[in-house]
Amino acid sequence: MEKTPHTLPRESYTFSSAVNAEIRRAAATGIYDIRGAGTKRHLPHFDDLLFLGASMSRYPLEGYREKCDTSVTLGTRFAKKPIELKIPITIAGMSFGALSAPAKEALGRGATMAGTSTTTGDGGMTDEERGHSEKLVYQYLPSRYGMNPDDLRRADAIEVVIGQGAKPGGGGMLLGQKITQRVADMRNLPVGIDQRSACRHPDWTGPDDLEIKILELREITNWEKPIYIKVGGSRPYYDTALAVKAGADVVVLDGMQGGTAATQDVFIENVGLPTLACIRPAVQALQDLGMHRKVQLVVSGGIRSGADVAKALALGADAVSIGTAALIAIGELDPKWGAEYAALGTTADAYDDWHEGRDPAGITTQDPELMKRVDPEEAGRRLRNYLAVMTLETQTIARACGHNHVHNLEPEDLVALTMEAAAMAQVPLAGTNWIPGKTGL
Amino acid sequence: MQTIDLATTPLRELNAALQAQAATTNQTEWLIENPKGAHAIAVGLDAPIEVTVNGPTGYYCAGMNKQATVHVKGSAGPGVAENMMSGTVVIDGDASQYAGATGHGGLLVIKGNASSRCGISMKGIDIVVYGNIGHMSAFMAQTGNLVVLGDAGANLGDSLYEARLFVRGSVKSLGSDCVEKEMRPEHIAILKDLLERSGADAKPEDFKRYGSARTLYNFHVDHAGEY
Repeated sequence: MEKTPHTLPRESYTFSSAVNAEIRRAAATGIYDIRGAGTKRHLPHFDDLLFLGASMSRYPLEGYREKCDTSVTLGTRFAKKPIELKIPITIAGMSFGALSAPAKEALGRGATMAGTSTTTGDGGMTDEERGHSEKLVYQYLPSRYGMNPDDLRRADAIEVVIGQGAKPGGGGMLLGQKITQRVADMRNLPVGIDQRSACRHPDWTGPDDLEIKILELREITNWEKPIYIKVGGSRPYYDTALAVKAGADVVVLDGMQGGTAATQDVFIENVGLPTLACIRPAVQALQDLGMHRKVQLVVSGGIRSGADVAKALALGADAVSIGTAALIAIGELDPKWGAEYAALGTTADAYDDWHEGRDPAGITTQDPELMKRVDPEEAGRRLRNYLAVMTLETQTIARACGHNHVHNLEPEDLVALTMEAAAMAQVPLAGTNWIPGKTGL
Repeated sequence: MQTIDLATTPLRELNAALQAQAATTNQTEWLIENPKGAHAIAVGLDAPIEVTVNGPTGYYCAGMNKQATVHVKGSAGPGVAENMMSGTVVIDGDASQYAGATGHGGLLVIKGNASSRCGISMKGIDIVVYGNIGHMSAFMAQTGNLVVLGDAGANLGDSLYEARLFVRGSVKSLGSDCVEKEMRPEHIAILKDLLERSGADAKPEDFKRYGSARTLYNFHVDHAGEY
């Protein structure tokens, strides 16, 4: 007798195994999922853009002979002492507390060797970080943990943090496992508590107030330090315009691929704008105000390679900032700790429980034994190497497009592979002259 | 006595002169005339000098003060003595929002009333208010002492940590995780010292103490409704 054919087991796209697992986890624990890093969903990104390169109407520069400058100056609007960087790639704000002291030292060492800046985070400035960072940007955050005028004055720039791409509208989070005695002392908090820092600044509420706050910061630092304003990707045109109005020297714009030490997964995955969608509106705001290149724009969130750097610059950014990629460069998510990642129920590349303080790589932890795995000198050299590769890649593309400075890259050098990317980046769909919302076919 | 007239001297020159004073300066007395509500007056000071501001100030007067004594003969705008590290700031009149916000140390005395969010996120500062304070005062206050001779507005001490709150008058309502606590001898001693140093005419025994119930220090789903 002939067997009746059966359908194959078919998983629901809507109720996938990952979704079902999260429902079961939520039902068992009663608390939302908290994790580190940035969004993991597929988004339109720099991969969806291509450079056209030289052709009959453009001629390229010789790759190993003709100079292609990569220097950038940040803070030229008001600050007496703008920051001069050799490369247009900076290290984003990450706190001591979220990261181990050796990891912060490694970031400082690598950035200094590469001729760029690194940035403090929620929790204040450590002596090790200041000592190993030739150029250090001091974040001024809603929590004001560890905030003091001496550190303001010994910083090279001040970054007023309004938000970050992983969680626009959310505050900091550092769970009790990572609040050691030193971290607690720096933050004036009891040891071991869950630290949920404020999402709004305590002493100003809008751009008019912020303008006065910036006046105070400048008065305290003798108008020397560049003042950055960092915003999460949300309403980039208006946020950029208001940052300029408030008196920023530099606007830092962080898309939703940007990472965080810890927050709710639902926040990371469902709030904010992709980095690609942020840049052109921000540049438009600067251009409308006559401030493009006068107020510098630093873009972050998912920058991984020189190609990404070149594309961000071509869309109008003055520099980029990296966080997650820098951590990977100094050893985070290294497969050599594969067995230990497996013991934590994950894999090297998927590990994101940065808030738990059990990072096998010794980077997102305060465990004294685990952090010994980070050699700050060796990790610093790895970061230097990685930044060098990114810079060379950026120059390679710029020369191929005929530019003797990476800032001469422009939207005309780009096309998009998808309609979404064409619309967001406002460059033509490849092989057409069609920019969605701008031009006809 | 050095006198600087803000009607004729730019703010930058005023602050630069005050900030340039060393710990050993013999120019210890400064008078600022015609402040007229200007912002960021006498900010970032770091010397044991005495600065008198003869009139009302705008935002952030005496912000991030260290060592100095700043006396405002008038009312103060938002964020007076914000993030103060040490020293003393005295306001003869009322203070606007966020007085003493995030202060790490020193003493702030407000002889009038203080508006909302007085002592928000305080981190070691002592604040004494002769009059009343507004809503959401001592929100997320971490350490230090807030003393109120009058009444406190709604949601006092919401989500506070280890700061001590002393109120002589009524409290409209307490914020999440803020509870009334026993006034023990050590608290009477702390309060007595603060009242004496701030020149306030009040008896420590007339105050009630409020602090953290510490139930929100580590997240538990059963407390989610408190947030």
